[in-house]
Amino acid sequence: MGEEKYLEDISQIKDLMNRSSRFISLSGLSGIMAGLYAITGAAITYFFLLPEPGSYVTLHSWNFRLIIAILIAVAGLSLITAYLLSSKKAKKNNEKLWDATTKRLLASFLVPLVTGGIYILIKLGSQHYGLTGSLMLIFYGLALVSASKYTIGTIKYLGYTEIVLGLICAAMPGYGFWFWLIGFGFLHIIYGSLIYFKEDKA
Amino acid sequence: MGLIDNINKLFDHRIRLGIMSVLVVNENVDFNTLKELLGATDGNLASHAKTLEKANYITVEKSFIGRKPNTKYSVTKSGRIAFKEHIDALEKLLNKKN
Repeated sequence: MGEEKYLEDISQIKDLMNRSSRFISLSGLSGIMAGLYAITGAAITYFFLLPEPGSYVTLHSWNFRLIIAILIAVAGLSLITAYLLSSKKAKKNNEKLWDATTKRLLASFLVPLVTGGIYILIKLGSQHYGLTGSLMLIFYGLALVSASKYTIGTIKYLGYTEIVLGLICAAMPGYGFWFWLIGFGFLHIIYGSLIYFKEDKA
Repeated sequence: MGLIDNINKLFDHRIRLGIMSVLVVNENVDFNTLKELLGATDGNLASHAKTLEKANYITVEKSFIGRKPNTKYSVTKSGRIAFKEHIDALEKLLNKKN
């Protein structure tokens, strides 16, 4: 009698324990750092690499390659920082960083992100740079929303904000750089601080 | 016999069981996080939390973050023991039947 219900109870207990202890490991500080890297990268691009008004960046020019290198560096540094800070925090809380939930989180984050990345590269290959900023924001936002199933709190809203920003950006061609700066720079710092002060310090 | 005795009636509800599951693995959890985790409504969560509080299984700490009220729940020692007994009882019950 009631065996089914008890089995269900146990699986619910397990699920809640896993999900609720997970969000502790996402560090707000890594969001702030990602924002700072993005702003630094954008500043270098703005002051040294952006073409004069009226001219275009062509696909094989040295400054186009440098811009791509900066983008990859910003993404790489952000990921490494997030990994280091989260593993430090997990160790402090006596948690394992690599459990089933983190793997699922990473998978649901990477699928939209890699899809978007490849799509953007294909478009760049056929000389369509116009919407790159907008596409990066939209796909990154989708990746966050999709990953947020496995986190608690603000990440989901960061994702929605990035998507909305990306859509506005698509409607205002020519301002991609500035939207990119807001989305990847300032939003990360704002949301990172929110998580940092609300959850890490609590 | 004796197995059924350890099945805690108070934990025989999805929301109350959920609150306990979350609290035993977290130092403290605020109201909104609990609500999101359990998919419960405000009133529902509040009333079940109240029941657990009355049984002395959880403690409630009310404070303010800025102007917003913030309610934090944590599990008491007796709550932790009761929950463990409940899980053990569930486990034994299921093992016995298989």
